[in-house]
Amino acid sequence: MSTLDVKTAMAPSATERELTLGEAIREALAEEMRRDPRVVLMGEDVAEAGTVFKVLTGLSAEFGTDRVIDTPISEAGFTGLAIGAAMTGLRPVVDIMFGDFIALVMDQMANQAAKVHYMSGGKWKVPLVMRTTLGATRRSAAQHSQSLHAWFSHVPGLKVVLPSTPYDAKGLLKSAIRDENPVVFFEDKMMYKLKGAIPAEEYTIPLGVADIKRSGDDITLVATSSMVQVALGAAKMLQEIGVGAEVIDPRTTWPLDEERLIESVKKTSRAIVIDEGYARYGATAEIASVIAEGAFHYLDQPVKRIGAMHVPIPFSPPLEDVTVPTEQMVFEAARKMCGKS
Amino acid sequence: MTKQKSVIEKTPASAAEPDKYLRMYQQMMSIRIFEEQVNDLYTRALMPGLAHLYIGEEAIAVGICSALRPDDYITSTHRGHGHCLAKGASPDRMFAELLGKEAGYCRGKGGSMHIADPATGNLGANAIVGGSAGIATGAAFSAKRLGNGRVAVCFFGEGALGQGLLYETMNLAQLWKLPVIYVCENNTYNEYTHYSETTAGDVLARPKAFGIQAERVDGQDVRAVYATANAVVERARGGNGPAFLLCDTYRYRGHHVGDVSREYYRSKQEEQKWVSERDPIKLFSDWLIAHKLATAGQLQTMNAEVKSTIDAAVQFALNAPYPDPLEVQQDVYA
Repeated sequence: MSTLDVKTAMAPSATERELTLGEAIREALAEEMRRDPRVVLMGEDVAEAGTVFKVLTGLSAEFGTDRVIDTPISEAGFTGLAIGAAMTGLRPVVDIMFGDFIALVMDQMANQAAKVHYMSGGKWKVPLVMRTTLGATRRSAAQHSQSLHAWFSHVPGLKVVLPSTPYDAKGLLKSAIRDENPVVFFEDKMMYKLKGAIPAEEYTIPLGVADIKRSGDDITLVATSSMVQVALGAAKMLQEIGVGAEVIDPRTTWPLDEERLIESVKKTSRAIVIDEGYARYGATAEIASVIAEGAFHYLDQPVKRIGAMHVPIPFSPPLEDVTVPTEQMVFEAARKMCGKS
Repeated sequence: MTKQKSVIEKTPASAAEPDKYLRMYQQMMSIRIFEEQVNDLYTRALMPGLAHLYIGEEAIAVGICSALRPDDYITSTHRGHGHCLAKGASPDRMFAELLGKEAGYCRGKGGSMHIADPATGNLGANAIVGGSAGIATGAAFSAKRLGNGRVAVCFFGEGALGQGLLYETMNLAQLWKLPVIYVCENNTYNEYTHYSETTAGDVLARPKAFGIQAERVDGQDVRAVYATANAVVERARGGNGPAFLLCDTYRYRGHHVGDVSREYYRSKQEEQKWVSERDPIKLFSDWLIAHKLATAGQLQTMNAEVKSTIDAAVQFALNAPYPDPLEVQQDVYA
């Protein structure tokens, strides 16, 4: 992936540095832990090992193993524990190594964390962050490759964050930690090495604000997480045939910045929604529906959705590669919609 | 129904705390009369939905909560009215919640199975069997990390013994020496199924396998429950880790208020035997009178006072307004 495509909303400053997405996440966690002693991290191999992805390397040395806590392989157990801890004065950040493992924590997240505030008439709060991963093409097969953020996006009471750049990852994670609600933060495991500019000074990004990653007048490409890079690549190809594509990243699937998505499509009259989750009943379905309802009279044709193929993620590279949306697929779809041969 | 050896037998059965015992009697009677009123409201079609009555199990909630500080935590279950009352909830706001009224503890959004109240350390009743084991253990984690000396009690029925979360959290609690007490109320039936049909092996061997201190207690003997709770709560508060109490008891009524024809899963003779021989309130009142801590007349007066408080609470709830439908979207997010 080219680093040149990573647009940040910031003007370049003298103090700006380049960090990878993984480093940006580590920096956000470290800053929040320095700022607020209530923040604790827990998960499998998060301490000295710094997680399997090495995202947390160095945090246990700075904050100690009573704030960067290795847990047993017990996702439901430590997630449930973190919910109780969040209700009673701490601000836990739990690490679920692979997004596929959220199946193990669904009761705790969907029936407990999401509902505690509402069921108690607004009295108890659950300021919890769950960091987990999504994304295929790591040759990890069906139980380590899924993008299941739509599951959580379906449940009232949860917020769901999908950063696509180092800049966004840092600013959004800091906001998630300061949020009074349970927030699930999905990181594309293939993007941890992606580099981008990060200002030296502190900043946060509010949850629920979409970001235009590239402006264009002919077609809107709504893309999330890993698919933002794919959409930017397709936009570059489209530029070469005279099509101006606008790439907009909702950054959170809930809250969803419906207004900015609709505004973009009102301008371009065409939209493709690209997301690495399954298209069926997925994030693309919801976003396409929002656009269809909100910009119906401006649309030239139906909103198109591109998501993961509706199969379990296979192991063999030539099989796995065809399950994930690519720049070429997005380019072809956009070219057809814009009537370019 | 065999009498269990428990800590009480190692402790002198002194009358050192007569006021506390009378308070415990009053709380048990409050729960009993509260639940009878719930059944009455259901029967008269004045209560939406269902409720799961705690009648017969009062000694456990009262014995345990009497050993707790006001700022200690509990998590409760779908059969949770007794836990909430014993931890200090007010009957009028309880009834208001059961009737879906705005004055209820959860502004009508929780109902019978979800009473929660930060003021009394009640983290919430939970309608997922075993679902609160994580929350209780996490409250104990906070207590230890923040050094506030609090203890968390996780109430659950023996039906939760089949849930994996319980064992995941017991492992964490013992690993990290958390101040949490797991209180298993074995009321003999998982809904409509005798627990012997669902539970393999020795229940106490399960917590013991983690190295957790485990005690079996006669759940009909409030003094035994209280004495055992005192011992394990103070042990936990002192930083010595979790405990597991297995309390043998019996659910006098059905799984819920609508479960009235029960002969297909248990006999009337079995029910009657518990009611006539092992009633926790009868056993305790006999003991109080025998040890001259109260006269029958004093207890009757207390019963009448409790009854009038509960009656007033029911009236309060019946007269209270429903929430405005516009509140439905409030408090989804903090």
